[in-house]
Amino acid sequence: MNLTQLKQVSDVEWRIAPFGKMRVPAMIYADQALISEMDDKVFEQITNVATLPGIVQAAYAMPDAHWGYGFPIGGVAAFDADAGGVVSAGGVGFDISCGVRTLHTGLKAADIAPLKQRLADRLFTHIPAGVGSTGLLRLDADEMDAMLRGGARWAVEHGYGSEADLDRIEEHGCMAGAEPNRVSEHAKRRQRDEIGTLGSGNHYLELQEIVEIYDTKAADRFRLRQDEVVVSIHCGSRGLGHQIGTEFLKEMVIAAPGYGIELPDRELACAPIHSPVGQAYLGAMRAAVNCALANRQVITHLARKVFADIVPGTHLSLIYDVSHNTCKEEWHTVDGQTRRLYVHRKGATRAFGPGHPSLPGELRDIGQPVLIGGSMGTASYILVGTEEGTSRAFSSACHGAGRSMSRHQATRQWHGRALVDELASQGILIRSPSLRGVAEEAPGAYKDVSAVVEAADRAGLARKVAKLKPLVCIKG
Amino acid sequence: MNQTGEPALDGVHWAHFPHQADMGVRGVGPTLAAAFEQAALAMTAVVTDPASVAPAMAVDIDCEAPDDELLLVDWLNALILEMAARNMLFSRFEVGLDGHHLHAIAWGESLDIEKHQPAVEIKGATYTELKVVRDESGQWHAQCVVDV
Repeated sequence: MNLTQLKQVSDVEWRIAPFGKMRVPAMIYADQALISEMDDKVFEQITNVATLPGIVQAAYAMPDAHWGYGFPIGGVAAFDADAGGVVSAGGVGFDISCGVRTLHTGLKAADIAPLKQRLADRLFTHIPAGVGSTGLLRLDADEMDAMLRGGARWAVEHGYGSEADLDRIEEHGCMAGAEPNRVSEHAKRRQRDEIGTLGSGNHYLELQEIVEIYDTKAADRFRLRQDEVVVSIHCGSRGLGHQIGTEFLKEMVIAAPGYGIELPDRELACAPIHSPVGQAYLGAMRAAVNCALANRQVITHLARKVFADIVPGTHLSLIYDVSHNTCKEEWHTVDGQTRRLYVHRKGATRAFGPGHPSLPGELRDIGQPVLIGGSMGTASYILVGTEEGTSRAFSSACHGAGRSMSRHQATRQWHGRALVDELASQGILIRSPSLRGVAEEAPGAYKDVSAVVEAADRAGLARKVAKLKPLVCIKG
Repeated sequence: MNQTGEPALDGVHWAHFPHQADMGVRGVGPTLAAAFEQAALAMTAVVTDPASVAPAMAVDIDCEAPDDELLLVDWLNALILEMAARNMLFSRFEVGLDGHHLHAIAWGESLDIEKHQPAVEIKGATYTELKVVRDESGQWHAQCVVDV
């Protein structure tokens, strides 16, 4: 990125003063190296976001920001409905409520070393992954609607997990305001047998070892212990979310001129929150959030079954579940005033600090676990939300590494089989239905997740708690 | 995997173009309909080698949009829906256009993991790098990025 248009505020904070039609400034959180490598498209996109009606305070880009659709991936923006604020389908993205959850196993890495191959093979057999995979459930129309209203709670009521899980999921596992009748039949048709599937692309289920603890107090509260193994699941709302994103993007593009909204980029398609299209999208989008929560809950159940078979007596308890493609109604203090805002996080993780009322009792005084997924073969991180984050980017942090290379470049540089062998020699077992998919997702095709996390920590968006190293990766 | 379809005598071909996180698909042909057909082929090639997909079964597709560019995205999204809901891949397309109304037949077969070795699932066709243009030689180019 050309740095001449940016004003450096601190070593990890850059400000773009409003110009042209920008209503608010744009802020980018990144160190010098990350921002220098950032695509110019991030500048273009984050300044475009700053032009949208009703935007509050600033448009923000996280340290992992890269070229997205309308919004940069790693973009955060909040809108006030009563000030003409908008909701944007592009600002949430196609994979609505894509997110990460991490579970304790209580096992040491040394304990599972002899079982690693078996665990990898069984997880791969039991957890549907990749193109065209289907889950065990086939939902009829009534069950589909019940799932879209109930989210992870629906899954728990059907025997997938327990009430205790719900405490450790954003929105207590069930997003309020979901309206299944706003979800098209096409979207429902795409989802019929996709509950409990990982999908493809950068989605995965990993066994990871806690290799480093940075913050012992928070780690204690999250029950993270050095050398222990956790399970992380990264996936979203599958076909249903994709279809909702597709349909509303078009609807908003067509409706925008009628609302007097001039779109700098069609992907920024949006509609006033107080409008029929805006309300319909919110109802459908919240249903998709529930779909993602139900999906991760069912996959968790499948992982628990595999562990129970191979390591009897293991209990996989949920540390936390975060969604990083969402628009949520939240209360934030802006210039001393508490306002109800619609916060878009596209490739950004909510990171509530200590004391936030939505956190479960046992985490409330320490802050929210912030789960940052790596890419196959690289580290993942657990952070914790901070007090100062509330004044940074509406309590938001990064979500992962972000690609640095296109899929084509990756397939030219790596071969799936060789990559699987190389990672195996480092003790990382990969299981995937597609070798080309593995090559496209090569760890080297992503930015350095450690640098991204370091920048988020230094910017005060969230604080580092623990580093996780992959042991087994089931790749979609 | 081919990253471009061989140009035929009349210049009909498809291509991929890079995008940081996803993939661009482009169709080129002497008519708008031919360019749309090739763009669809390029999209199949994001998932698998189109030559591995037998055109065994036909599916009808209809869509409508206010302009050519939105119509291209609609067409590709209609195919994505059929691919996902029917668990199929398509390798042959016949597109008919009546203004901004599109009627097409797509031929393909059920996804077979062993045979097709699908690399990635397509979430949606996007408005990014979306262009439908006719060049000086009269060839139509239809392109956009697909989210994978």
